Amino acid sequence: MDALLLEWDTVVAAFWMTVRLTAVSALGSLVLGTLLTAMRVAPLATLRRTAGVYVAVARNTPLTLVLLFTGLGVGANLGVELSSDIATNNFWLACIGLTAYTSAFVCEALRAGINTVPVGQAEAARSLGLGFLQTLGLITLPQAFRAVIAPLGGILIALTKNTTIALVVGVSEASVRMREMIETYGDQVMQIFLGFAAGFVLLCLPMGLLFGWLSRRLAVAR
Amino acid sequence: MSDQGLVVLDQVNKRFGDHHVLRDVELSVRRGEVVVIIGPSGAGKSTLCRAINRLETIDSGTITIDGTPLPEEGRQLARLRAEVGMVFQSFNLFAHKTVLENVVLGQVHVLKKSRADAEKKAYELLERVGIGGQAGKFPAQLSGGQQQRVAIARALAMEPKVLLFDEPTSALDPEMVNEVLEVMTALAREGMTMVVVTHEMGFARRAADRVVFMADGEIVEQNAPDDFFGTPRSERAKSFLAKILTH
Repeated sequence: MDALLLEWDTVVAAFWMTVRLTAVSALGSLVLGTLLTAMRVAPLATLRRTAGVYVAVARNTPLTLVLLFTGLGVGANLGVELSSDIATNNFWLACIGLTAYTSAFVCEALRAGINTVPVGQAEAARSLGLGFLQTLGLITLPQAFRAVIAPLGGILIALTKNTTIALVVGVSEASVRMREMIETYGDQVMQIFLGFAAGFVLLCLPMGLLFGWLSRRLAVAR
Repeated sequence: MSDQGLVVLDQVNKRFGDHHVLRDVELSVRRGEVVVIIGPSGAGKSTLCRAINRLETIDSGTITIDGTPLPEEGRQLARLRAEVGMVFQSFNLFAHKTVLENVVLGQVHVLKKSRADAEKKAYELLERVGIGGQAGKFPAQLSGGQQQRVAIARALAMEPKVLLFDEPTSALDPEMVNEVLEVMTALAREGMTMVVVTHEMGFARRAADRVVFMADGEIVEQNAPDDFFGTPRSERAKSFLAKILTH
């Protein structure tokens, strides 16, 4: 256990990076995923098709490829610079890649949620004179969200673990630090490995519990 | 058009695939009139009712509300729908909102009323339909009859020109039918323009100004309730009434 204790500050910093990547990407995915869902049920066929193609592509591309694309393609090749500090730049590129990928899953979950909302709810809303966006924002989506809180929790846990792939764009999150430590402290591979695994479990387990509790608490009674 | 009907259907046709659900339907509802539509299931009654606020599209013909033809989509359609109240068979109260919120929502988001005004009106209406004490509850905590009365209050909150009822008591337990019909009868007496699809013949006799009998997508005959129930003219109406009034 010496290595983990000696490098405690590094370990904490590494997991702090994991948390930041997760938080920013989760927020981004929620926003983009909701937007994609709105597009997929929109009255305009072009919007529906665009969102459908996006989801199909993002969901069926390996995350490593998506992140390499944002890092090498968008970052290096196209020269998109989000910050003059290279570490910060890489961080934002990783967040963009993770968001682009995860939002497709959020969209699919939300669409399943919309299917649980009886048609009569939207009909009642429209018969009051609410427009498409009002019906979606006030009636359909709130009920859809409540129906898919548990799956959204699952997506968040997957995202947390997926942040480890941000190493391909050079973000020093937990898994990068773990590999560095294993190289330095070759005699303590198992301890280091178990320590980092425990760190992820400690991060993800409460999320699962929280979302399970939320999904029971916010369930819509019919 | 010189017709002063509030709701006017002219040569309305609709097909679901091969099934011709509305055939050349002509109907004009005057301001303050209560029209009850009856007929066997599959006659197109509900489709007709839902077409009046375009929850069902029609294939040909025109539907006019207070002189304005029903717009196809968008903002104008929403505005027109706000003037046409709808009460559904399955209530369709917003399940994630309280009873009060259900009645407030349209007033705030469509009529752009202040929250305070909307709530005041909502409490008045809930009181009027006899659910004053339940404003804070969620729909699932109420009985079917109570939910339907909230749905009527929600529709009334928009101060509609006409109220459509699509089999409002068909999903209710028998002991709850009357509490809903009483509210509807009171509305009819107060001069609300109503189009009611129902199987409640007692309500039709008591509250209707005119009974419209539909079968196979057509309006077969229409008359004042006493005349229709006393001396039906068409064979189809006679056989329909014979089937439902014998027990």
